[in-house]
Amino acid sequence: MSVSNLLENWSDFRHTHPVDDVPHNPYKWAMSIDLDACSGCNACSVACYAENNLPVVGKDKYAHGYAMHWMRIERYWDEDGRDFPDQGAQFLPMMCQQCEAAPCETVCPVGATNHTPDGINSQIYNRCIGSRYCEANCPYKVRYFNWYDYPTTDNVWPAEMNQQLNPDVTVRGKGVMEKCTFCIQRVTVAKNNAKNEGRLVHDGEVWTACQQACPTGAITFGNLVDPESKVHKQWQAQQVELAKDAQTKDKEEGGSELRGYRIFEELRPYPSVMYLERVRESAV
Amino acid sequence: MKDISEDIAWAKINTDVLKSLENPRKLYWVILLIAIAMVGVAAGCEVYQYNTGMGVSNKNNTHVWGLYIATFIFWIGMSHSGTLLSAILHLMHADWRKPIYRFAEAMTTFSLMTAGLFVAVHLGRVWQIYYALPYPNGRQVWPNFQSPLLWDAMAIFTYLSSSILFLYVGMIPDLAICRDHLHPGWRKTLYTALSLGWEGTDRQWRNFRVTYLTIACFLIPLAVSVHSIVASDFAMSQQPGWHITSFPPYFVAGALYSGCAAIITLFIILRYVFKFEEYMTLPILKKIVRLTFAIAMVWTYLNLIEYASVWYGHDQASKDVLIQKATGVYAPFWWMMNFCGSIVPLILFFKRFQTHIPVLFAVSLLLNMGMWLERWMIVAPTFSHGYYPWTWDHDQWPSLVQWGMVFGSFGWFTLLFMVFCKVFPSVSMYEVKEMVYHRSQATKKLEVTGNLAAAGKGAH
Repeated sequence: MSVSNLLENWSDFRHTHPVDDVPHNPYKWAMSIDLDACSGCNACSVACYAENNLPVVGKDKYAHGYAMHWMRIERYWDEDGRDFPDQGAQFLPMMCQQCEAAPCETVCPVGATNHTPDGINSQIYNRCIGSRYCEANCPYKVRYFNWYDYPTTDNVWPAEMNQQLNPDVTVRGKGVMEKCTFCIQRVTVAKNNAKNEGRLVHDGEVWTACQQACPTGAITFGNLVDPESKVHKQWQAQQVELAKDAQTKDKEEGGSELRGYRIFEELRPYPSVMYLERVRESAV
Repeated sequence: MKDISEDIAWAKINTDVLKSLENPRKLYWVILLIAIAMVGVAAGCEVYQYNTGMGVSNKNNTHVWGLYIATFIFWIGMSHSGTLLSAILHLMHADWRKPIYRFAEAMTTFSLMTAGLFVAVHLGRVWQIYYALPYPNGRQVWPNFQSPLLWDAMAIFTYLSSSILFLYVGMIPDLAICRDHLHPGWRKTLYTALSLGWEGTDRQWRNFRVTYLTIACFLIPLAVSVHSIVASDFAMSQQPGWHITSFPPYFVAGALYSGCAAIITLFIILRYVFKFEEYMTLPILKKIVRLTFAIAMVWTYLNLIEYASVWYGHDQASKDVLIQKATGVYAPFWWMMNFCGSIVPLILFFKRFQTHIPVLFAVSLLLNMGMWLERWMIVAPTFSHGYYPWTWDHDQWPSLVQWGMVFGSFGWFTLLFMVFCKVFPSVSMYEVKEMVYHRSQATKKLEVTGNLAAAGKGAH
């Protein structure tokens, strides 16, 4: 928000969509997750641990809510009267939604979390002072705090397991916030390669760790600006637009067959992740 | 009843107040020792937390804020009473504030210092706390000016420095009295330096008055803004239960409320410990009690407004948080807060209790407990029942480290306050003299007019 915005057209502020302010060019990284394909196997979560050097906190700390799973599989039991093991469940892979108007970014006192020009919500570990305001204001609660100094804690990466740490990603010390980065280290490599060869990153060149591990191919990642990318086509087919803050899908029987929605659109964070699942009246 | 007797000699005021710098009752040392022990507990907790990590405070990834933030707001709130008494009532020419404003102003300064510590204690990387300040640096990295936490830091620093200045400026004539009456020693040197060569000339008094008035006028908007900004930490966020427009006035009312209750507590303690019965009189106590009652009712009103606006606001998530407060894990504390904040002050309505010291002492402590609970009930329930259903089954209870830090903060405040009262005059000598003088003038006038009336009656 600029001073002129304040003085001249303050009433227009917030009527412009954040994504229209500075159009993403040539990249806007986005994702789509097909919940009908998700089997809840947790492979994505495991892949994320391996790729991003996430500390394995152990049973006690996990039960305590200290788990550092950037990618988490949420399980919601069906409440139709049946008991386990007949009881059905819905799964939802949840990670940072890389919001365009991220509630976490405005509140950070030191500006440790920012938006990159290609639409990723970045986290600067060195700058973070650990006020945890970002997590307090995150509607999805997908930010994870280093409550302890995990790299020096026993059994986080037991002997020899520390050999598998990814050299492209730092390990985080105590007192900083971290979260899903859309595997920014892979994105950066691909962008650099493309730049060296004088071209743009083409679709399918970058795979996030979770996408790579997903056995059912539920996760698609790509450049939303590129009209040929799979993710762009999916978003378009589902009539989901980044700049929209409410996308009414027909919930009635016999209505449209569209499945695409984004979580908490009505709060207007403009998330960059689209989920595919029929929104059923019974589930609302 | 009159606020202060009109026949106290000026020299007696000096000796009485200066005595508080010399020989308080034994209870003073007991309080001081307890306070130091309490600070020790908090220091131990902080060392442990610093070395081990924030995890020992028993928060978790969904409950990222806890008692530290709640107690931070509590102490910031406490700081408002001093400004109310010394600046607002000064402008309104309320004479009864004169014997008590000094300690209220000290309370402001020290509770701000206590609150500031909680910001540090709360941070995951307290050693990088200076990142939050807009200091010049080679890389031109600035803090994020959009963040309410940054506004907080600025508002609190401004308020703290101004209130220290205000406390000091108001004390200069008294420091000169101390300088003139004490035997040589480190204290005399201190007072000599601090009194800036005060002689009590007309010119000095004139400048003094203008300066004091200017700072008072400067401080009032600061006091209102500082707690509004603390409120905007919550109101500016998006979370249900926090995103409420009425928060800034609600916070300011709560601040004045807890501050006034604390003034009653300290009034009673100081009056006994330093033998100030003649200056901190019961009629003055009665006036503060009435003020507290009025503010309690304002707070109750704003509190009900908050509930009503959430209830009729058709925002299901906010409504759920409210229902959760009244029926969930936090229910006992929530009801306790409403009881202490809105029902207990009704005792102050009865004249009999307005000067009843044991009752007032208990009530003032209960009111402050209610206000502390209020802050906790603002911060915590939103985390256990926010927007995202996945977080709803995570219960969390603050660890002893958190409680120890909260406990120790009261010791820290008491320590600073008690040391202040022993080193500096906690009753304003020159203003009490003024008050006694005005009082005696008024009495004289009354006598003269009374005699005239009597004479007239006789002549008729």
